[in-house]
Amino acid sequence: MARYHVVHETRYDYGAPVSLSQQQLHLSPRNLPWQRCESHHIDIDPLPTWRRFGRDAFDNPVMWVSFESPHETLSVHSEMIVDVGSHLPRVSPEESRPWEVIRDRLAYGGLAPEGDDLEAARFLFESPFVRVKHEFAAYAAECFPAGRPLLEAAVALMHKIHGEFQFDPEATTVSTPVLEVLEKKRGVCQDFAHLMIACLRSLGLSARYASGYLLTHPPPGRPRLVGADASHAWVSVYCPGLGDGWVDLDPTNDLLPDTEHITVAIGRDFSDTSPLRGIILGGGSHEPDVAVTVSPLEDASAPAPGDAP
Amino acid sequence: MARTLLAIYPRNTQRFDEMLTATGAVRPHWRQFFVHLDSAAPEAMRERVEFVDRRIQENGVTYNVYADPNGADRPWALDPLPFIIAADEWREIAAAVAQRAEVLNAMLADLYGEQRLLAEGLLPPALVYGQHGYLWPCRGVKPPEDRWLHFYAVDLARSPDGRWWVIADRTQAPSGAGYALENRLIISRVFPELFRDLRVEHLADFFRTLQDSLAGIAPVAPGEQPHVVLLTPGPYNETYFEHAYMARYLGFPLVEGQDLTVRGDTVYLKTLRGLKRVHVILRRQDDSFCDPLELRGDSALGVPGLLNAVRARQVVVTNALGSGLLGSGALMGFVPAICERLLGERLAMPAVATWWCGEKPALDYVREHLDELVIKPAYPSQHFDPTFGRDLKGEAREEMFRRIEARPHAYVAQELVHLSQAPTWSRAHERRLLARAVGLRVYAVATPGGYKVMPGGLARVASAANAMVISMQRGGSSKDTWVLSDGHVSDFTLLKSSLGVTDLVRSGANLSSRVVENLFWVGRYSERFDSTARLLRVVIARLVEAGGELTPALAAVQELAEEMDIVPTREEDEAAEDHSEHRLLESIYDADQDGSLACSIRALMWSATHVRERLSLDHWHSLNKLQRDLQAARKRHPSLPEAIAFLDRVLLVSSSLTGFAVDNMTRDDGWRFLLVGRRIERLEYLASAMGHFLRLPSARAPGTLEWLLELMDSIITFRSRYSRPPELLPVLDLLVFDGSNPHGVAFQVENLLRYLERMDHDLGDIRDPRLNAAGEALRSTDLADFAGIPFLECRECSPCEELAQRLDEVVAAVRALSDRLAMRFFTHVGDVSRQTLAL
Repeated sequence: MARYHVVHETRYDYGAPVSLSQQQLHLSPRNLPWQRCESHHIDIDPLPTWRRFGRDAFDNPVMWVSFESPHETLSVHSEMIVDVGSHLPRVSPEESRPWEVIRDRLAYGGLAPEGDDLEAARFLFESPFVRVKHEFAAYAAECFPAGRPLLEAAVALMHKIHGEFQFDPEATTVSTPVLEVLEKKRGVCQDFAHLMIACLRSLGLSARYASGYLLTHPPPGRPRLVGADASHAWVSVYCPGLGDGWVDLDPTNDLLPDTEHITVAIGRDFSDTSPLRGIILGGGSHEPDVAVTVSPLEDASAPAPGDAP
Repeated sequence: MARTLLAIYPRNTQRFDEMLTATGAVRPHWRQFFVHLDSAAPEAMRERVEFVDRRIQENGVTYNVYADPNGADRPWALDPLPFIIAADEWREIAAAVAQRAEVLNAMLADLYGEQRLLAEGLLPPALVYGQHGYLWPCRGVKPPEDRWLHFYAVDLARSPDGRWWVIADRTQAPSGAGYALENRLIISRVFPELFRDLRVEHLADFFRTLQDSLAGIAPVAPGEQPHVVLLTPGPYNETYFEHAYMARYLGFPLVEGQDLTVRGDTVYLKTLRGLKRVHVILRRQDDSFCDPLELRGDSALGVPGLLNAVRARQVVVTNALGSGLLGSGALMGFVPAICERLLGERLAMPAVATWWCGEKPALDYVREHLDELVIKPAYPSQHFDPTFGRDLKGEAREEMFRRIEARPHAYVAQELVHLSQAPTWSRAHERRLLARAVGLRVYAVATPGGYKVMPGGLARVASAANAMVISMQRGGSSKDTWVLSDGHVSDFTLLKSSLGVTDLVRSGANLSSRVVENLFWVGRYSERFDSTARLLRVVIARLVEAGGELTPALAAVQELAEEMDIVPTREEDEAAEDHSEHRLLESIYDADQDGSLACSIRALMWSATHVRERLSLDHWHSLNKLQRDLQAARKRHPSLPEAIAFLDRVLLVSSSLTGFAVDNMTRDDGWRFLLVGRRIERLEYLASAMGHFLRLPSARAPGTLEWLLELMDSIITFRSRYSRPPELLPVLDLLVFDGSNPHGVAFQVENLLRYLERMDHDLGDIRDPRLNAAGEALRSTDLADFAGIPFLECRECSPCEELAQRLDEVVAAVRALSDRLAMRFFTHVGDVSRQTLAL
């Protein structure tokens, strides 16, 4: 069990007045069997003219705000305390069921779906950032020989992506298609998550996108820098029978997330979970400054450092 | 009596014939019509065909992009013979369509709500979650009464055994009802007696039901008037004609996404007089484009925040956002079981046999029977044409199997349908019926008492005798559908009078800023093409008269045309006479040349297209004619005399446009802006032409004052006042200072100021001190300064220069005024919202 204090700050300097702005926020962390949000608040400047809270179709907390008078900057300060428990799968990857068994179970046979399969089917198909194409199935094929246990194969795919792709923030943007990521073999956490999801779905498996934060470790002897972190993204694959049916994998850091990943939202891909998505009228340039600080509250001496995002 | 039409009417045993029984007898419900047709004189039929074509052309009924400057718009095709359906048969069709609408509505309510259908395995998740048309943010949104489908259309076809089958469901934003209405208005005039005697069911009741139904679901406060708008993606859409047509017919403002704004969770229309609450949006825009905040963010179309307004039940969008999901043909095979499950009824009308390849047994069947099937996309978002299995041979066949096997759930196979055939009137022969495959699109609207079906529909006819696919895009035609009644026919009509005088039907209270902006530009461009045509006519007439010689008067007017940016400026080493002819013709016909006549006409058409629903049909006919004349003339490579004749025609159309604007439009804010646009444009033209003239050294030549008067359309007035050759002083008096000459600067200044005064009263803060001052300064000019100046000898004299400067100030003031009006009333229209994303 670990306890974190997270600050996520976003600031837009539009350079020219924005007369009307509507924003959708995925900044409140959701509760999960292994995660509990103790407290959370969001400060927004300027004060929104209107706001509404709700849950999206994937049960993530969501908040909508609008600003109806001219403003040149927008600051959103999100601060939370979250408890994260261990959620590594209880069995070793070799003991999971063969991947084709799960694939066939998820395929429609005219019958009522078993267990959580219907819920998993939401993450089985194409979504705005994830294509389902034979190129992805072909890329993943060597990790998925006949009869291989699903989790073992998924971990092998994660190793393969981590080994063959280079972390490069300059190579891609939010809108780079995942097929292009596959060709370039470069990208950031978001790209690797989308790529891995595309591979799994192209094989007929359910995979979802998790967005949140990651504890990073300052170099030995140095203090933790405020705002040095960033939001992070990873993958969950559907393995019915294991825990709550989903196992997290982080292809950016080549590990199974445990207590150092803080989940904010879950969706089919980035489009379902974007922390701050908006439509503005007016304004000049609009590249935001984002700063995230994740601080452990009780010293949990976890090893594995990682790249983020 | 001529040989009967049946003698060479093709029989087809493989198809059902709508008119003939299997033994070749005319069916009872066709008999009266056929007898009439069989006895009609060839001339009478020719006239009828011509009438149909003329109405379509004049009314500008098109299917494609209307605003394409090069005329890519295709006229709507309509066969004069109606598609006739007997009363008892129609009752069955109508009941089946109403039932189907009910089932589909229940499906939408379930799929965006509880999802029992998925949990019970009645539908594969691939056909819901796998579709781009399933809008996740709409999950859990519940429209009032759980009514998702307000306006539903279904494509039907009749199989060889005479049964009707469902071919496709249209649940997104069904098109075609407006065309059906237009078809009716035309064909009921082609056969007025038969239409009456056969007691054909009228369509107007259906549209009134639609109006009532939309008003009935409006979330209004007690006593509040429901405000319903029709949302269009704009003139680029293939059925924009219909959007404008329906908006006018139903009396709803036609709006684009940028005309609407969400404040808090309420939707408003941006009008000239501020924001006006909107209660119901009848959308013709695809749902995924309707809210860039939560749905597709990559498009400027749409209304940010709309979904939250829907959640808050402050607005009703119909069909509900997310309804497009059911357009997938792959769902059809699952509907019968769903009907049993959700309604507890047997599905009344079968759908064409459909195999969704996502099911293993279905895939196996498709592999075995490919020759008898047509392969289609399972998801409407995929773009590929239906492919006939029997056309696939060798490698192409293998390739298709590979594609299907790679993504089986993305494909569906449908049985080939042998459509029924109906008679159409041959245009190539004197007197002949052709048999063409026919399909019928039928419409239903939700009411508190269930779905009401339009008694009629859009019949679509294949282009060739053996066609397998009916498509308006591929040159098919359409028919009016006559449902015969066995009772009383309602003669209710929504049209106020006969076609042709349906000018602006509403007062201007709900005029959107966009409409006003476009009307303003319609005004400006109407005036601009007029003055451009006039100037070019003067130049070309002088050129022709001079017979190749460069007279001083010709040189001067050419120079003025260049100063006014109507004719491109010559290169320095180019002599005045070089390429004159070519340059002038380009200035008329080349729409890509800035300042050309064609360019102004294109701009006029573009603005007019955006406010089509506000212009009278006659107004529209004239614009249409202008555009057609221009296209026809350009193709001929006209000579100079032909160009003059063309300019004469253009000016004739222009004066009729002026007539419509002055006499035929309702006096609302939109009209005022149109007129102010005209005034501004004319004043700017007159003052700047006058100023250039005064400063032009080459204008000091014999004959220039004559063309100046012609340019300002004042030659007749001058001659009637002074029966002698023009001199500077009286010409200036008439063209600049005379407050009674509508082609004079002073008149236009005063006129414009008076307009602004009146609008200031209504809208506030419109007066223009600068223009007022410029007018004062102009009036203070002492005409005596010009007395006795020998114009031909004067060079840079101070009275001319001072007057030119005062005219400059008028031009500057009027330009500033135009900008100011735009800033104040139009600015938000040009602004486009943008998406922002932060990680």
